Amino acid sequence: MTAYRVSGRGRVDHDRPVRFTFNGKTFEGRKGDTLASALLANGVHLVGRSFKYHRPRGILSAGSEEPNALVGVSRGDGRAEPNTRATVLEIFDGLNTASQNHWPSLKRDVGAINDALYMLFSAGFYYKTFMWPKSFWNKVYEPFIRGAAGLGKSPSVPDPDTYASRYAHCDVLVVGSGPAGLAAATEAARSGASVMLVDEQAELGGSLLGEPGADINGRPISDWLEETKAALAAQENVTVLTRTTAIGYYHDNFLGLCQRLTDHLEKLPEGAPRERMWRVRARQVVLAQGAIERPLVFDGNDRPGVMLSGSARTFLNRYGVKAGNRAAVVTAHDSAWLAAFDLAEAGVKVAAIVDVRSNASDHLLKRAKALDIEVLSGWTVTGTGGRLRISSIRANPVSGSGKVGPARKIACDTLLMCGGWTPSVHLFSHTKGKLDWNEERQMFLPGAPTEETRCAGAGNGAFGLLEAMTEGASAGAGAATDAGFEAKASTYQVDGEVPCAGVGVKELPTDRSSSRARAFVDFQNDVTAKDIRLAVREGFLSIEHIKRYTTTGMATDQGKTSNMNGLAIASDAVKRPSPAVGLTTFRPPYTPTTFGAFAGYNRGDLFEVTRRTAIDSWAEENGAVFEPVSLWRRAWYFPRPGEDMHQAVARECKATRESLGMFDASTLGKIEIVGPDAAEFMNRMYTNAWTKLAPGRLRYGLLLGEDGFIRDDGVIGRLTADRFHVTTTTGGAARVLAMMEDYLQTEWPELKVWLTSTTEQWAVIALNGPNARKLIEPLVEGIDLSNEAFPHMSVAEGTICGVPTRLFRVSFTGELGFEVNVPARYGRSVWQALNEAGQKWGITPYGTQTMHVLRAEKGYIIVGQDTDGTLTPDDAGLAWAIGKTKPDFVGKRSLTRPDIIDPNRKQLVGLVTRDPKVVLEEGAQIVANPGQPTPMKMIGHVTSSYWSETLGRSIALAVVEGGRAREGQTVHVPMPDRTHAAAIAGMVFFDPDGKRLNA
Amino acid sequence: MLLIRCPYCAAERPEVEFVYAGEAHIARPSDPSALTDEQWKNHLFIRTNPRGAHFERWRHLHGCGRFFNAVRDTVTDKFAMTYRAGLPRPTASEIKEARP
Repeated sequence: MTAYRVSGRGRVDHDRPVRFTFNGKTFEGRKGDTLASALLANGVHLVGRSFKYHRPRGILSAGSEEPNALVGVSRGDGRAEPNTRATVLEIFDGLNTASQNHWPSLKRDVGAINDALYMLFSAGFYYKTFMWPKSFWNKVYEPFIRGAAGLGKSPSVPDPDTYASRYAHCDVLVVGSGPAGLAAATEAARSGASVMLVDEQAELGGSLLGEPGADINGRPISDWLEETKAALAAQENVTVLTRTTAIGYYHDNFLGLCQRLTDHLEKLPEGAPRERMWRVRARQVVLAQGAIERPLVFDGNDRPGVMLSGSARTFLNRYGVKAGNRAAVVTAHDSAWLAAFDLAEAGVKVAAIVDVRSNASDHLLKRAKALDIEVLSGWTVTGTGGRLRISSIRANPVSGSGKVGPARKIACDTLLMCGGWTPSVHLFSHTKGKLDWNEERQMFLPGAPTEETRCAGAGNGAFGLLEAMTEGASAGAGAATDAGFEAKASTYQVDGEVPCAGVGVKELPTDRSSSRARAFVDFQNDVTAKDIRLAVREGFLSIEHIKRYTTTGMATDQGKTSNMNGLAIASDAVKRPSPAVGLTTFRPPYTPTTFGAFAGYNRGDLFEVTRRTAIDSWAEENGAVFEPVSLWRRAWYFPRPGEDMHQAVARECKATRESLGMFDASTLGKIEIVGPDAAEFMNRMYTNAWTKLAPGRLRYGLLLGEDGFIRDDGVIGRLTADRFHVTTTTGGAARVLAMMEDYLQTEWPELKVWLTSTTEQWAVIALNGPNARKLIEPLVEGIDLSNEAFPHMSVAEGTICGVPTRLFRVSFTGELGFEVNVPARYGRSVWQALNEAGQKWGITPYGTQTMHVLRAEKGYIIVGQDTDGTLTPDDAGLAWAIGKTKPDFVGKRSLTRPDIIDPNRKQLVGLVTRDPKVVLEEGAQIVANPGQPTPMKMIGHVTSSYWSETLGRSIALAVVEGGRAREGQTVHVPMPDRTHAAAIAGMVFFDPDGKRLNA
Repeated sequence: MLLIRCPYCAAERPEVEFVYAGEAHIARPSDPSALTDEQWKNHLFIRTNPRGAHFERWRHLHGCGRFFNAVRDTVTDKFAMTYRAGLPRPTASEIKEARP
């Protein structure tokens, strides 16, 4: 038994000791303890160092609002989590934890020098310091800031755990299982509605778990709780989720619930997910989130041992732990008196209750007297003593006129404080529900809801037990009724409840200079009252600006304990009432949530689909290196043993130009456009003229947006008068089909045309090289392949290797070329047959890199690489693709807008480096004169750049202002090593007459 | 995640089945060449961007594939109603009546 454990008290199992370590030292706790309660039981208050000033910090609260007690947890095998709140971390045998943000040790921390230099770190210090000399930024300031930034150590290896996710629907979702939530769930469940009841804690009960005094319906609270839990568990229409945090409330009653499944277990079950994210659509929601106790703001209020009064009460009544042996209390609210009474009755000496109010209730005074507790009404606390733990407080009387009298020192080893209670309206705020300011009670309460939701209990300002249960029952019955069930709210009887009241306060009055006071508002981000006043003095009047300038409320606790104090001090400083200053916006998640829970199953291979062609498996078996292209993976190049990428690509290019190459072009987008108005539709969509294109012929098609900029391109075949086989870029397939559907459905619904995506129906094998015809001639039936009968840009249907084909004579390399379209299921067998038959010509499979090089040698553009959404057909040198006589097509009107016909627009040109061995970087900027002062005028950039094995030199494409008129001129391309000179040239580097193409 | 009613499927489905498609009731001029540069600019780029009721297009991409129109409040994000493409812009009272 440790010094601070109260034998037999609370809900922990006193017969089940649990051993865990904190900073390497082994401690003993009890089954049912959190790390916080177990440390307190061992007299450990100092658990961490603060973010900015490295001040020693202790345990402020007993719940998920905890700003201070953040620890690192490691379970081995790569399982590690920083910044876990000790107050929600359930202990088990072997749990290994460590404090954070100090060096070399928690007790002796060099970073604490920041605390002595606190004047330098006031609000907005990072906007004011580190400004000069400029040269210090990279080498001194930034490394320093990066080193000091952040809390805790992130894990260094991939998370070995798995995370689950699940969708669910219910009639009534109840968030929070305190008195209001339990009453609501009970009522809704009784109506027959499907109910989900969620609570972030390990067991249901909320505030009831730490509440010893009262009886509900004639039963002691703990008995009533067990009976209620059992009744809910017995109902099939009820799903109870504990250790489950409702992290966010989204549109149309959609909530995210994060359920923690294994963090509390000593042994991890094989294959069990660590957490599960529930995505729930509820017909009706009841929010019973409860309330969070507010700290008081005074000098030294962050010293270890200073704790919220209700939390001290929870530690005692739920965990059987005394926060200290000699307690002092400072409060603006009656509830702290109850904590003092409970502690005194458990044998703790309560040195004094300091109440800032001068008129304490008789019933409280009477009980204090009976317990021999000194009461200082109308007093203030102006400081605390002690280094790593509080040893005394400094208390002063305050006269009616507000004058602070002489100080008195009161010895204590813990100080309980209470500045009142803040209804937890976070989830309600997620729905953009308006908060109404209650002037009398000095608090924001939920106003008119925007969703099908009700707030009940302390979260709605109903702090009393009976009041909360009545409101909860009514909300549960109302929700069930609105969900279509019959329900009527039950009434409850509560005996022995002590009514509580309090006042709202700003910082406590002090006799000392408030500018030297270290009176913390936001413990986690180390923001003091002085910082907030400074921000206001410097002109920040909106609460949103004050928040960002001081960082109050911006830590991982989202200001659960600090927002209201920050607001009260800000509203005092700007001399406007709190509602006029306003509250900052709460955003999901309610508490820090792991990335794993959000990602769920979508990690590794399941992160995103990988589309594979019918020929992909052959490429893999034959050693291809792949690259991702939109969602596809495509063979990038096929290295032979010992070859690097450069050598492989050079070989593939050479083989294709000299004899025969084969390429898997299956990823090309394909759309079948069919119908009596197909040609008319094509005329309206594409820039080109389609009416006169004969069946059996192909044409290069260019697609613009209405703004006149190139959206997509592709070769399009007319199979019959009413049928087109459209190809699109790999990445543009879905976009182009959506655009066509849009026009067809909404602009021209009168056209009789049907659009079908056929991308995955066809496998496409591109054969290029002087021997391409020789390869397929013996394999093709039903098509005359002679140059006369089947010239460049032809399409015909027949068979190849006995399989039906749409055979295109087309080339993206400048060589004699065919694209063999076969039904996808035959893709691999036809590919293999062609590969075998092509061996006598040294047929060479090539990947996307060789395809890119070969097309660039011919000046063929790739939409999305050489164009960027701001190039017109003329900019890209494709003015020839515009049907001049067509009255209209998508984008035509824009081509005569004044800025589109400007001759100085960026135009696509070729670039030839002065040094033929230099391969420019794609994306490199281009300047006319490298001698000009910086920042230089940039006149364009490189869009494509490769080593051309065929030409024995580098080639590049670039967009340059007025580029075509500059042909022959020298421009300069600054690269990291040096600036390279290059001449502007035409875009076609190889076989400009197209002799090979038409062979 | 919003729930959206597809007027063709006559069913309420989660937002992930749909894609947004810009402001509604902007018809492509039958003869763009007859428009001045100013008029064409207005057609292409100028949008109402209202605070409150916004007439907009959505497509039930992962469902029936149809484009339809909707009235959505730009302050609350909520849908007031959806209706088939080609139907006239609903009046204020029709929108009010449709609101759940």
